[in-house]
Amino acid sequence: MTDSKKLVLIGNGMAGVRAIEHLLKLAPDAYEITIFGAEPHPNYNRIMLSTVLAGSTELKDIIINDWNWYKENSITLHTNQTIKKIDTQRKVVISDSGMEVSYDEVIIATGSKAFMLPIPGADKEGVIAFRDIQDCEKMFSAAKTYKKAAVIGAGLLGLEAARGLLNLGMEVTVIHKHPYIMERQLDEAASLMLRKELEAQGMKFLLSKHSASITGRGRVKELQFTDGSHLATDLIVMAVGIRPNVDLAKSSGIDYNNGILVDDFMNTNIPHVSALGECVEHRGVAYGLVAPLYEQGAVLAKRLAGVETAGYAGSVTSTKLKVSGVDVFSAGRFVETEGSRAMRIQDDVAGTYKKLVIRNGKLVGAVLFGDTADGASLFASIKSGDSIEGREKELLLGISSDLLGKSGGGASRLENMPDDEIVCGCNGVTKGAIGDAVLNKGCHTFGELKACTKASASCGGCKADVEGLLHFYAGDKVGESAKEGICGCTSLGRDEIVEQIQSMRLMTVKEVMHVLDWNNKEGCSKCRPSLNYYLGMLFPEEYVDEKESRFTNERYHANIQKDGTYSVVPRIYGGVTTPADLIKIASVAEKFNVPLVKFTGGQRLDLFGVKKEDLPKMWEELEMASGHAYGKTLRTVKTCVGNTFCRFGTQDAMAMGIKLEKAFERLNAPAKFKLAVSGCPRNCAEATIKDLGVVAIDGAWEIHVGGNAGVKVRACDLLTTVKTEEEVMEWTSAYLQYYRETGQWNERTAHWIDRVGLDTVKKALEKQEDRLALMERVQKALSVTTDPWKEIVDNDELRKNFEPISGPLPV
Amino acid sequence: MSKLLIGKLSDIDIRGSRTVRVKETDLALFRLEDGSVLAIENRCPHKGGLLSEGMVCGTVVHCPLHDWKVDLQSGLVKEPDDGCVMTFDTEIDPEDGAIYITL
Ligand SMILES: Cc1cc2nc3c(=O)[nH]c(=O)nc-3n(C[C@H](O)[C@H](O)[C@H](O)COP(=O)(O)OP(=O)(O)OC[C@H]3O[C@@H](n4cnc5c(N)ncnc54)[C@H](O)[C@@H]3O)c2cc1C
Ligand code: SF4
Ligand code: FES
Repeated sequence: MTDSKKLVLIGNGMAGVRAIEHLLKLAPDAYEITIFGAEPHPNYNRIMLSTVLAGSTELKDIIINDWNWYKENSITLHTNQTIKKIDTQRKVVISDSGMEVSYDEVIIATGSKAFMLPIPGADKEGVIAFRDIQDCEKMFSAAKTYKKAAVIGAGLLGLEAARGLLNLGMEVTVIHKHPYIMERQLDEAASLMLRKELEAQGMKFLLSKHSASITGRGRVKELQFTDGSHLATDLIVMAVGIRPNVDLAKSSGIDYNNGILVDDFMNTNIPHVSALGECVEHRGVAYGLVAPLYEQGAVLAKRLAGVETAGYAGSVTSTKLKVSGVDVFSAGRFVETEGSRAMRIQDDVAGTYKKLVIRNGKLVGAVLFGDTADGASLFASIKSGDSIEGREKELLLGISSDLLGKSGGGASRLENMPDDEIVCGCNGVTKGAIGDAVLNKGCHTFGELKACTKASASCGGCKADVEGLLHFYAGDKVGESAKEGICGCTSLGRDEIVEQIQSMRLMTVKEVMHVLDWNNKEGCSKCRPSLNYYLGMLFPEEYVDEKESRFTNERYHANIQKDGTYSVVPRIYGGVTTPADLIKIASVAEKFNVPLVKFTGGQRLDLFGVKKEDLPKMWEELEMASGHAYGKTLRTVKTCVGNTFCRFGTQDAMAMGIKLEKAFERLNAPAKFKLAVSGCPRNCAEATIKDLGVVAIDGAWEIHVGGNAGVKVRACDLLTTVKTEEEVMEWTSAYLQYYRETGQWNERTAHWIDRVGLDTVKKALEKQEDRLALMERVQKALSVTTDPWKEIVDNDELRKNFEPISGPLPV
Repeated sequence: MSKLLIGKLSDIDIRGSRTVRVKETDLALFRLEDGSVLAIENRCPHKGGLLSEGMVCGTVVHCPLHDWKVDLQSGLVKEPDDGCVMTFDTEIDPEDGAIYITL
């Protein structure tokens, strides 16, 4: 690659490497990349150090990109090398060992340094920060020989360190200069609740204490305070804050203030020198959390790849305490100021607290304690800036069953509610129906109740009441309400996952599992394919589909049958074919001794009993597109004859069907979806039991949705009636994309529409501007699809997987 | 006991699999993320599904037919199902990536 430019990244941490990953996806060959890291490790997930320290993860599990990754992407990595200076005239970087590397573009991503209190004795052995793997290792080894630990600083990091040290069997005292802990993230009420909980776990606190000096001969022995008191300790972890690491900027003539100054495109004041991550200051803010840094990385990568991008405009951040065993969440501006109002509920019995701060009718901040289930949705609401007027109470109360059923509160209201009062407005479920389900049908969990009655199955606004009633009727019999995640590997649900992927711009299945703390880091056959789908749906142009996370059929692009053979279904658009194509299919079937040829339920030809190693050869001879009869994607568009030959037909059903099939073939979706087009209301194509069916009437087209003839037989609902073919395409595009964006993986439209509600779908598609926006997104997703059959036929590296290894040789 | 040369590392994609027939037995070879190669009998104890076609998660392969989970190291089927398959010792030459199998 003679024309590729030289890119040097200084700092092998989370922000910098993330930007590189992004860049590799956008412009894999544009740069020859060199990375310098001061640490001896490949890129690892710093966030997870807390979990490593707490003992639930091992160091090797937090590597994000291992040595191989650098090799595979032809990146030159220099670890244990600190860059001392960037010579911006000669365009070279110079390391502490004297190594020089020249660049066309250089990125500074040196992160930050732990701030060490400048008190006498701070340089003694046994005084450390909590910043990198080395610090963790120091804590591990200290815990083996010593007993007492002190953590200075009761912020997020300090508490995570303290919790880890407790787990290592040390006695831990946390020293804080403020009267209450985590004052930057929590208000006083929540802070007090947190302290109580942590004290119950064995943490000790010394509040309103200022450290004065550290004594001990060689190793720390005692921590002295300004009020004359002191504390005996063998280890001191300072977690009093971080400082953007601006050393390089200082020595290289790059402008800095608190951090290195950058504009919205991560440019510094020197051309070809960019910076991002914790070391920078953007619009006066230096961030200390990954989500904003990832957003910066996305912008920088696009700029370096020459892809048009809007600038970075700053971020609203949210915080979660990860390892204390207590759920704490805060986001946005949660301290009331003039012009803002706050709403709060506190339940000392259940140990929950919730505070919402509202300004000009919008949610601007939130604090949750004890139950953080709403964190993601509140955070989304803060970021969107949409008005929450009229919904304030719902946001405040609309969740926790504890507040209603269990611990008094709303119980008497529910008790007095008449049996015929509708609890769930979306689905018209009465109190009586809920009682019946609990008492007579054995529904003892919220999930069962929801499935059985549909109560709270749509907008979820009545969830608190439904849960309250469950407790009211079932009493002690209420089943384990453990949070159900998408599979056994996580407790997170689909929406939380999608929200987190978006806000942190997580880009690979592995990264999602790491950052969102999967309890099984390898995943399973449920979560891997679903994450693969969600990532592809969210980032169609950047995400690289992970074929190892797809089910057999989609990996080998044919349907696996019970004896291990496969079946092949060529694409026949709209079910309309030609004698020539039929001859071709027939002769291929004969040539490969296909034992069974059958028409499918969707009007296509299925060739059964094909040996795996014959597949590529067959596709090659068929020269037809993949029928995708195996994927979570568009299957077939079934058609009737329509007005071409039928005496009743009012419109050209076949042409419409072919048009739809060509438009949406290969589109990935949460589950398979099937379409049909009938030429008149006699509906010979049975279009009203499809995921989307089009039925022609005189001068117009009806669009029916959410039907299914499979496991769950469901007739369609009429979505709308439109006049032109263009409108059919517009509505179909919008409907499919809306399903793609809101459906759960493996959820057919019939289940989906029952869950979200027909009205929600109608409302989402009501305005043309919304339909066009959805249509644009579906087009984007379609624009990157390719025919997998052709790809395999043309590529030996892919083809080899269809054949056994040639033969074993004795040695 | 005999040692056989099966192929080279690059024959198998990471988290992918290949099959090989040795005398009467069909074997499935999996290359895991950490670079190791594990070999088992290519037949699910449930209804004979081809394990080589399954999805690999960590050291477990999910049978493509009914999602039974087979541990590639021990050959044991994971709860709630039960059963086992034969496993075979593998060896990789660090120099040239040649894969050997002993049976
Ligand atoms: C224990 C812990 C827990 C955390 N928990 C969370 C959390 O829950 N959520 C969250 O959002 N954030 C959390 N963070 C913060 C998050 O880790 C940082 O925001 C993020 O890592 C910053 O990324 P970065 O690339 O800017 O810096 P870093 O990841 O720190 O990377 C900078 C790298 O540059 C190297 N370097 C520095 N100077 C040079 C030089 N001159 N030459 C070569 N290399 C150099 C450093 O050695 C370092 O490896 C946590 C941090 C810690 C320490
Ligand atoms: S649906 Fe109407 S147009 Fe189509 S074949 Fe039946 S009768 Fe004819
Ligand atoms: S044959 Fe393997 S799970 Fe049924």
